[in-house]
Amino acid sequence: MSETQDYEKAAASSPSSVAVFAAHDQGAVKRIQHALHQTPWMVPAIVLAASILVFGLLLGEKFFSPFALTLILQQVQIVGILGAAQSLVILTAGIDLSVGAIMVLSSVVMGLFSFRYGLPTELAVAAGIACGTFCGFINGFLVAVMRLPPFIVTLGMWQIVLATNFLYSANETIRAQEIAEQAPLLQFFGNKIAIGGAIFTYGAIFMVLLVLFLAYVLRQTAWGRHVYAVGDDPEAAELSGVQVKRTLISVYMLSGLICAFAGWALIGRIGSVSPTSGQLGNIESITAVVIGGISLFGGRGSIMGMLFGALIVGVFSLGLRLLGADAQWTYLLIGVLIIAAVTVDQWIRKVSV
Amino acid sequence: MTTKTTFKTALLAAAAFGALSAAPAFAAGDGVGACLITKTDTNPFFVKMKEGAEAKAAELGVDLKTYAGKIDGDHETQVAAIETCIADGAKGILITASDTSSIVSAVKQARDAGMLVIALDTPLNPIDAADATFATDNFLAGELIGKWAAATLGDEAANAKIAMLDLAVSQPTVGVLRDQGFLTGFGIDVKDPGKWGDEDDPRIVGNDVTAGNEEGGRKAMENLLAKDPMINVVYTINEPAAAGAYEALKAIGREGDVLIVSVDGGCPGVANVKDGVIGATSQQYPLLMASKGIEAIAAWAKDGTKPAPTEGKNFFDTGVALVTDKPAEGVESISVAEGMDRCWG
Repeated sequence: MSETQDYEKAAASSPSSVAVFAAHDQGAVKRIQHALHQTPWMVPAIVLAASILVFGLLLGEKFFSPFALTLILQQVQIVGILGAAQSLVILTAGIDLSVGAIMVLSSVVMGLFSFRYGLPTELAVAAGIACGTFCGFINGFLVAVMRLPPFIVTLGMWQIVLATNFLYSANETIRAQEIAEQAPLLQFFGNKIAIGGAIFTYGAIFMVLLVLFLAYVLRQTAWGRHVYAVGDDPEAAELSGVQVKRTLISVYMLSGLICAFAGWALIGRIGSVSPTSGQLGNIESITAVVIGGISLFGGRGSIMGMLFGALIVGVFSLGLRLLGADAQWTYLLIGVLIIAAVTVDQWIRKVSV
Repeated sequence: MTTKTTFKTALLAAAAFGALSAAPAFAAGDGVGACLITKTDTNPFFVKMKEGAEAKAAELGVDLKTYAGKIDGDHETQVAAIETCIADGAKGILITASDTSSIVSAVKQARDAGMLVIALDTPLNPIDAADATFATDNFLAGELIGKWAAATLGDEAANAKIAMLDLAVSQPTVGVLRDQGFLTGFGIDVKDPGKWGDEDDPRIVGNDVTAGNEEGGRKAMENLLAKDPMINVVYTINEPAAAGAYEALKAIGREGDVLIVSVDGGCPGVANVKDGVIGATSQQYPLLMASKGIEAIAAWAKDGTKPAPTEGKNFFDTGVALVTDKPAEGVESISVAEGMDRCWG
């Protein structure tokens, strides 16, 4: 008994202050590097503000109007929602090439359940959402339990889901007029609120709310911290008691669920159910994520950055089109942005303070 | 003993069944082999083309095999398909090429092997790289909707504000022909007819690309509306793009006072003409291209006759008709009901 107390005595003589890193002599560059390391969404936010400013100066009224600025929000809503799904997966050091395909299949399921089988629209929407979540579950199961590389799994699922989509739908479009008449709920996200010249579609509002919600969940909940932990170092996470498999499966399922919502929003955006749309969804969402400063190596970055990344692409495409530039310039500049973003990411990774 | 007999009977039955199922293959092998290679097998246009070819092949006893690229622009799969057809000893190939220039060397191989190669829908580059081309006159298709739009606007055509919703920045021939045809029909100087976007007529608000789908159509329309919200004539490369453009116009409440014209004649597109979404569309006939193509291969296999092009053109014109319920003076058109009867997809 008395011997146990002797052990405690040793603690009394140990230093009582909390361990700290030694403060380096910091130059301005170092401090910026450190700041960026702390708040990874700052770079895309600055680029976004700068590009809005530049295009505003070049184009004036035409670009700097509530109409044009909210139009950008509408144009990026699908990529933004898909980007949210993509961000979750990339934060776990994975990648999801099947997001666009899952989105289209979900929208097709919603459409065909309403029109081919004549089910109530609410049920059809639920079926579409279930379909997306299920596709996500397959991805998650193969990645977490079968331990296959995410790139391979989702590359396969991309093909499988797209082919299923074409086989199931026979590539037939359901027209906007029929949907408006018989199943207006499918076009829910196409509804809009107009404030002056600004037009906010429900889809655009949903995108912003979704990103804010996920930003909160990722920062403030245990699950969110686990997602980062799994992406940063899965073994360390496992050793500290994180259920790695369960977290991974939940991330992919949530990603599939969000893709299904993107499919619903897609119907609102284009009015019709079209099996050929959204095929570049995977590339565009990865672009938004990368420009948004989320590290492809996992565990670092903020989902807000992804939203800024998507908006940067939107600002560039609309701005350049209004300037009358050839559409190829947009792609060229986006390519430059991607490489620049990853370069900055690598530089931030070397932070030593 | 009993087991042995049953086994024998089973064997016999199997042999008989095998012979039966092999019979049609034999008959076809006796006849003519043909290949249909499309850009994709998902687009309703090609689905209809395949249906037309299959029906005709069954009628003439031609053994038809079909191939398709995975996506539009999938050149490698098409080359592999041509090589397969050569190895297969087919008599002829019907192809809608994804890459009209690069496919030429593979096509030449096939022709050197004694096959008849017919380009469907999309002419090769150069057009005489194929033995024949069965296609829609895309320039005429554009011209019809251009004339219709100008005639419908009447005197207002002089003050029109036109949005041009094209296919892709790479300017594929089909897209250029329809675009330039529309402008010619509308009465606008097209400068170089080999490319779009070089016109300087102030009535053109701008060109944007749609990838030929709803999503692209909506985005392109939004971009051009941001440039000039008072656009009142919209040319679209096809009907899905037109449907997308309509959604963009609806979003700002201008769907009622804009004239949208298009090309294709798919069933959803014609239904959109009926509903007033699209003012007029030029309808093409993929089924006819394919069935005529199969007939030509059968004739070639029989006595070596090659199909002749339509007089005055360097290809066989499978026809185009303007579908609208608001016929305009001096522009020939068919009604929506008639268009519905002949639509595809």
